[in-house]
Order: sequence, then C-alpha cells, then structure tokens
Amino acid sequence: MKLLAALLVPLAAWAGNAEKGRAIATAGAEASCILCHAIPGARGAVGNIGPSLAGVGARLRAEELKARIVDASRINPKTVMPPYGRTGGLYQVAAQYRGKPLLTPEQIDDVVAFLLTLR
Amino acid sequence: MKGLVVALLAISGSAFAQRSGLEYASPEIRRLQASEAENPGMLWVDEGEKLFAAQCASCHASMKGVAARYPRIVAGKIVTLETQVRHRVPFAYESEPLLALTAYIASQSRGLPIGQQLSERDVAKGKTEYFRRRGQMNLACTNCHDANAGKRLGADTVSEGQPNGYPTYRLRWQTLGSLERRLRACFSGVHAEMPAYGDPLLIELEAYLAWRGRGLPIEAPAVRP
Repeated sequence: MKLLAALLVPLAAWAGNAEKGRAIATAGAEASCILCHAIPGARGAVGNIGPSLAGVGARLRAEELKARIVDASRINPKTVMPPYGRTGGLYQVAAQYRGKPLLTPEQIDDVVAFLLTLR
Repeated sequence: MKGLVVALLAISGSAFAQRSGLEYASPEIRRLQASEAENPGMLWVDEGEKLFAAQCASCHASMKGVAARYPRIVAGKIVTLETQVRHRVPFAYESEPLLALTAYIASQSRGLPIGQQLSERDVAKGKTEYFRRRGQMNLACTNCHDANAGKRLGADTVSEGQPNGYPTYRLRWQTLGSLERRLRACFSGVHAEMPAYGDPLLIELEAYLAWRGRGLPIEAPAVRP
C-alpha cells in the first residue's frame, strides 16, 4: 500500500480532480470552456471563439494553465477570455456576483487537472 | 479592385462593411422575416396600426421614413423612437402597446438606411461605453461583436450586434422585444449591473449602434433566433 502511494504521488502532484474538471469544462453551463473552445470528446454546443484545447496539456504546464484561467488578461491584455479567478479591478459587476470569482480556486484546480489529460 | 472598394465604402458611408444580423440567421429565419403572412412581428405591426389610428393619426398623417431618423439629437439630448413615443403616449417600456406602436412606426421605414442623422461626436459617450469592459466576465461589447462576429458562442452565432431590426421577434423570447431588452440581455450575460429601461447608458449605446451601423436598412420587425 505504501509502495502504491509512493508510486502515485508524482502522478497526482496536481491537487485538482480531473473528472470534476471535465464536468465543469464540458457541461455547457455559463462558465464552461466549451462555450468558446473545442474539447476532444466533448459533445453538444461547442463554440469557436477561442482555440481548440486539443493537446493543451502537452503544450502548457499546470501553473501556466492555471494562470490563463485565473486571469488570461495578464498574458494577453486584449484577450476575450473572462478572468475566472479574479475579483478585483472589474467594472460594474452585478451585485450578486460582486467579490465572487466565476470559478472557485478548487474548481480552477479541477479544470487544470482535466486540461492536463488533454495530450 | 481598389476603386471598387473605395466606391463601396463611399456608398455605405462607413469604414467597415456592416452585416445585418439577418446575414447570420438560418434560411428558415430569413424566410420567416421576409414573409408578411408568417413574420410573427407583423401581429404587433397590425396592432400598432390600430393604436396609431386611434391615438396619433389626428396629428400625424404618415410615419414613412420617421423611424430611420431615430435616435436623433434634440437640444443636445439623444431621443430614441421609444422615448419620443413615450413622451406623447406614456406606455411602459416593453409593454405591448409601446412595442406595437414602435413596431408599426419602424415598419414604415423598412428598407431605409439608419444612422444618417448622427455624427461620431453625437455618439461619443455611447462609443466609450461600447468599448468599456464590464461585469464579472470583464467583457466589452466590442470583444464579441467586432472581434468575434461570425464565430460561435456555444450554440449561438455571434453577430455584429446591429440595431436595424428592432423591435425584433426573437424565437428565444417567443415575443417581440426592443433593442433595450436585447442590450440588457448582454448586460446579464456578462454579469454586469443592469441598467433600467430608459437609462442614459442604454440610450447612449443605442445611438452609438445606429451610427456604427449607419447605412444598414431598417428590417423591423426582424426575426432572430
């Protein structure tokens, strides 16, 4: 059992849950990646405003993925991508969303874990 | 070729070739809009014609071409077709009689170009708002409707956000609605503070959109998904 755990640790270095992340990314809800990005294996109404996420887990490291989800404008100030983890510096946010991020830190970690499986 | 492009720009009177939302709609929706008998917005036009005859016709003979000249600037203030109608007959925003009257009046300008009465200076405030990111999604109108027109957001095709079809029958609404209602839907979508009907922010945006889309023909009542 200890040996098994030791073997698994390097694989599970990222804390997020990939299955939960897949649900968030592909469910078609308001904060779903597929509204704008194609995702291999995802069905339903897929948008094409952003690039396909095929292979994104091979191109970017976990921290890089997370930075883009939390606030893509820090990488590209002109981005259309909403800042899923930022609550500051926003203009006229509706009262019910004020001070709340689009996704919680845990949800973002889950999405990152899922994106890392897209290789 | 260059000469042709210059000539086309001169005709449309603007820097980019605008596309009405109709061009992004399905063949079925285009057919609905074009059919007098099947366009559901014609129900409001018919109702509006009766209302007009009862309440307005003693002073106004014809509304031909009137809607194309709105929004307009009167004594330094933007007046939309709705604010002008409400000034005379104070129906509530988005009420059936107001939608009927504006649909009827707008239909009397079908085919006429919008925005010819406005200058860029007239719409400066609206332009600023159009380019201002807002809401939890941190999106400005331009982020979708200039940069990504024609692309898909989920199941929807993003259009240029042109105002020439309003009031419009949207299948999603299952009813006719005003441009202000459509603008409010975008405010909701980006999780921004919701301006009330008649809010200067909406009126300024309407004026900017008319100037931005200047030259497009009025299609009201349009049909959209």
